[in-house]
Amino acid sequence: MFFSKKLILQFFSTIFITLVFFILLNNLIINLFRTDMMFDLGWLNQPSGFALSENSLPYNPTNSYLWTLLVGLSNSLKVIFFGLILSTIIGVIAGASRFSSNKLIRILSSYYVIVIRQIPLLLQLLFWYFVAFLNLSNTPLSILGNILTISNQGVRLLGIDISVEFSALLIGLTIFTGASIAEVVRGGINSVSIGQWEAFRSLGIKDSLGMKRIVIPQALPAILPGLTSQYLNLAKNSTLAIAVGYPDIYAISDTTITQTGRAIEGFTILLIIFLILNLIISFAMEVLNKIILSKVYKY
Amino acid sequence: MLKRLITGLTTLAMLTSGCATMQSSRSSRLDLIKKRGVLVCGVSGKIPGFSYLNTQGKYEGLDVDICKAVASAILEDPNKVQYRPLTAPERFTALKTGEIDILSRNTTFNLSRDSIQGNGVTFAPVIFHDGQGIMVSKASQIKNINDLRSRNICVGSGTTTEQNLNDTFQENGIRYTPIKYQDLNQVVAGYLSGRCSAMTSDRSQLAAARSSFSNPDRHIILEEVLSKEPLAPASIGGDQKLSDALRWVIYTLIATDEFGINSRNIDTKLAIAKSNPNLSSLRRLLGVDGELGNKIGISNNFVVNIVKSTGNYSEIYNRHLGPGSNVEIPRGLNHTYKNGGLLISPPFK
Repeated sequence: MFFSKKLILQFFSTIFITLVFFILLNNLIINLFRTDMMFDLGWLNQPSGFALSENSLPYNPTNSYLWTLLVGLSNSLKVIFFGLILSTIIGVIAGASRFSSNKLIRILSSYYVIVIRQIPLLLQLLFWYFVAFLNLSNTPLSILGNILTISNQGVRLLGIDISVEFSALLIGLTIFTGASIAEVVRGGINSVSIGQWEAFRSLGIKDSLGMKRIVIPQALPAILPGLTSQYLNLAKNSTLAIAVGYPDIYAISDTTITQTGRAIEGFTILLIIFLILNLIISFAMEVLNKIILSKVYKY
Repeated sequence: MLKRLITGLTTLAMLTSGCATMQSSRSSRLDLIKKRGVLVCGVSGKIPGFSYLNTQGKYEGLDVDICKAVASAILEDPNKVQYRPLTAPERFTALKTGEIDILSRNTTFNLSRDSIQGNGVTFAPVIFHDGQGIMVSKASQIKNINDLRSRNICVGSGTTTEQNLNDTFQENGIRYTPIKYQDLNQVVAGYLSGRCSAMTSDRSQLAAARSSFSNPDRHIILEEVLSKEPLAPASIGGDQKLSDALRWVIYTLIATDEFGINSRNIDTKLAIAKSNPNLSSLRRLLGVDGELGNKIGISNNFVVNIVKSTGNYSEIYNRHLGPGSNVEIPRGLNHTYKNGGLLISPPFK
């Protein structure tokens, strides 16, 4: 046969997907016309007129909506950045702890993963914010001398003031994502054959050193793809900030949309921002993956 | 596999194109409501006195009674309503996309929302004249907005409240930090836990929220009013048939209040009107003479139907917000114009 079955399938799928896309686009355009709401971005230059509780870039309410959204993006990036670093640390420690020779550590890390993964993230965030942080006393509580002081008005770490909203969001995201990363790490380590363990043990190498130098490097190719999707999840989950009063990009576009009535434009901007952000994360992880693969298979 | 994929995609394509044709038709939603036999009404569902779930699991409140009045006018049955609880940011999108027929959710009437270039909805007459206020604890010793300098204020996001707060404080040169939450319950939680020194919302909502506190008398609402908040129901813009019906349902509540027609005396009034041909304005109002109801596409005796099911404006107000109710709010501007308030209805002619 001249055309393979595979080719026909691909041909029809392409046609149908294009068709569906155009029908949806057509639907959108018809409805935009019907409601007299043509796509327009002129409102981005108007002053936003609302204040923000925190801003990583200079901001006041006379700034434009565009700048306000950028300030929101910077707030989002801040929590995503620290979230990625901290959840990786927690995830790797908890994942590797599942192979510890210490039974208590093994049990603790498995309970951490089991408990955290069963509870919806939104509930966890609400818990950290409304139950844990807001129930703290008004007067600052000092921990470790003056390195860390916490109250329901804010956290002060090494002289840097951090809001309770940011802290609750960061802790919630980190602990939640950390549990998923722990499972990814455990899966990766499991993929390394038991013979490798037996080999380094027979050479008299300690478990902790063998894990670090022999097992983890071989587990990395299996860990990275799973890690990437956890990173993407963390970035997307950061939009739950609105539940704990943190002014991230989603919370700010929410106010923007109600004030301007520009829901389609507002959501389009949000979609594009998250698409770009996640493409950047995917790309960076892809590069990292290639570097690691080239090192692992060099020998 | 191939077959299944193709059927799946065709179904999807048919569904989406079906949507496009259905939504682009220009018939009034009033006809759709009649055909469906149910009114879909968007409410808040979380504000005592306006719309909230009572202990029987039924929605109750001033906003809910508006839905009931509309249902009794269009469908002749106050119970043919399906309630959709909506958050502040969701409400206009729900109205615009046709998820709900009318919005009766303590929504402030303003230019941006009314206009085609803004939120593109059509507002009905104001059903509650409110104003934004600030609540603080008595213990805080805060007496006016100047005392709130550099303090945290809890506010709901996606509402005019946020903008009014900023306008007032900026004009007075007072710096403050807004802590924004998505709904009123969270604003209350933030305020009660001490994260904020004050919370701001419409004064009616503050009073409603305070009624559920464990110690309501430890909190005061400041004298200053930050804005006028005329709350009004709304329907989708560009649908005159539905917006007319909605508008005259509200005016019915106000007009019957003015003329002293209520759910207790409606049968007597109707009998008087029927037996006395000289009472022409009463006869028109109650649908004995004339075609008033038919002109706006609903039954001619809609006024009688409404008053029988929900009563007039005073009855609705007293039931949910009057003395002895859980959420007592002084009536103030919400009297009819004859009693020194702002409520007035154009003539039923």
